[in-house]
Amino acid sequence: MSERKSFGFETRAIHAGAAPDPATGARQTPIYQTTSFVFEDVDDAASLFNLQKVGFIYSRLTNPTVAVLEERLANLEGGAGATATASGHAAQLLALFPLMAPGDGVVASQKLYGGSINQIGTSFPRAFGWQPTFVDTDNPDNVRAAITEKTKAVFVESLANPGGVVTDIEAIARIADEAGIPLIVDNTLATPYLINPIQWGATLVVHSTTKFLSGNGTAVGGVVIDSGTFDWSKSGKYPALSEPDAGYHGLRFHETFGHLAFTIHGHAVGLRDLGPSQAPQNAFLTLNGIETLPLRMQRHVENARKVAEFLEDHPAVGWVSYAGLPSSKYHALAKKYLPKGAGAVLTFGVKGGYEAGVKLVESVELFSHLANIGDSRSLIIHPSSTTHRQLSAEGQATAGAGPDVIRLSIGLESVEDIIADLDQALTKTLG
Amino acid sequence: MSGTTGDHGHYSDAFLRGVLDRVKSIAIVGASADPVKASYFVTKYLRDAGYRVIPINPKMAGQSILGLPVHGSLADLPEPPDMVDIFRNSTAAGGVTDEAIAAGAKVVWMQLGVVNDEAAARAEAAGLTVVMNRCPKMEIQRLYGEIGRIGVNSGVLVTKKQPLKKSFKKLI
Ligand SMILES: Cc1ncc(COP(=O)(O)O)c(C=O)c1O
Repeated sequence: MSERKSFGFETRAIHAGAAPDPATGARQTPIYQTTSFVFEDVDDAASLFNLQKVGFIYSRLTNPTVAVLEERLANLEGGAGATATASGHAAQLLALFPLMAPGDGVVASQKLYGGSINQIGTSFPRAFGWQPTFVDTDNPDNVRAAITEKTKAVFVESLANPGGVVTDIEAIARIADEAGIPLIVDNTLATPYLINPIQWGATLVVHSTTKFLSGNGTAVGGVVIDSGTFDWSKSGKYPALSEPDAGYHGLRFHETFGHLAFTIHGHAVGLRDLGPSQAPQNAFLTLNGIETLPLRMQRHVENARKVAEFLEDHPAVGWVSYAGLPSSKYHALAKKYLPKGAGAVLTFGVKGGYEAGVKLVESVELFSHLANIGDSRSLIIHPSSTTHRQLSAEGQATAGAGPDVIRLSIGLESVEDIIADLDQALTKTLG
Repeated sequence: MSGTTGDHGHYSDAFLRGVLDRVKSIAIVGASADPVKASYFVTKYLRDAGYRVIPINPKMAGQSILGLPVHGSLADLPEPPDMVDIFRNSTAAGGVTDEAIAAGAKVVWMQLGVVNDEAAARAEAAGLTVVMNRCPKMEIQRLYGEIGRIGVNSGVLVTKKQPLKKSFKKLI
């Protein structure tokens, strides 16, 4: 088998990156549980350390099991290469790291996952001086207005966590392109099965592989995928990639590695110096998950649509936010960007506010009450009594975590059972 | 396979494999002794992969790179190289292509970022095979499963066990 791009998504989800093990013929990808790799000789070691050839030195930089996951995800997203990381948050750090210097800015959507708002809004500026500007990306012109000379990247989620928000990636990619800066898209909630942001103009794609990619709630992980299409040398704004690197005897990553510059830098500098590499065991679990990603996502979105329709008609429910519903203001964008389905995470408002929300999460029997999404199990959380508890009432409202808000991540159980569980628990909130 | 087919910009894997498999000697025009330059990396990599590599660099004629004797121009070579790999800008690649034709090379390969359609047409008219805007090191690493070690998308799916060999020339 050989030709590029001629295989279907399902075939690539199983085979991309994963040749039979050359040492043993093992057909499933082995877990290379080793910190280090022996050199053939001193010249081999020198070539590897100087990046004159690619190979394995130490598992903080590269590891054969992790490399299979990287190539698999680069392939599924249509990118040039990928760097796997210890978590989704580490992927976001690694995506921005080569682009930013103290005082530089990032324009980000104000509807990101709450943890990303903390990371980009509080920790990055405090520790690194990376200045965030959060805007309402529902109007892409807000992104244009926020970009300054110091802005080095735009950051959005394709489908935002919590549920129901779809980003107009093509419009925002065009604005970033006009400004000569890369667009970074977090594609965690949609997965490459539902959308490939690179096709719509994204430069970098990040994932928390913790969610639907691994799929069973077993392994925390992340990945940065580079499209390979951005010219890092053109503007002089990205010296980490375009200027001589002292740690590699003055090598210029973009001049030397062309479209592979970002990915090679991600390992040779990003993982080397920041250190959040993914464990081979986690890469193995995630690879196993990805083999069935297409089948699982089909069922996830089918179940989520049925649950959203059920909730919309329920007397205990005030509103439902799911882009797959015609009532959603994001429905047109969902049809354009997510024709196979609008994901499996949604929010709704329970009538009766805070008390009713608490009653609901305490009354469900099949749903698991926990702070994750993208599991084969159906999950529920009441943000205002848990993840967003510390915020003021105004803070909760801005974050979309008002007292009545419930977030669901719809799993792969029989949809009748999922709906019956919600029905019995919602009925209790009425009484 | 035919020697001259190459849909520039869309070379098939089979076409590139055929070129890299057929050639035994490669003259590298613009080879460098500076260990951080791609023109040094590639010289070293192709030598280690088992090709007979001939560095060409007028400023270093008579000296050596990686122990390989450097020639001042393609015209100075005692016998024709199978392939000429061009590390020059797109304009200069035109003249180098004409020298490669005159020297009797069978393949003209222009590096990543180097494209000269007129020169390619002249070479193809003279019966040479032409590859442009690619790096032979990257292509070997991609086609033979090495580049995936650092997370690069090779675009190649493999279900057969590959022989465990140190370098590409020993793989084929
Ligand atoms: C959209 C999104 N991005 C990033 C993250 C962070 O990923 P991780 O928990 O793997 O660090 C999450 C986790 O909830 C998420 O939902």
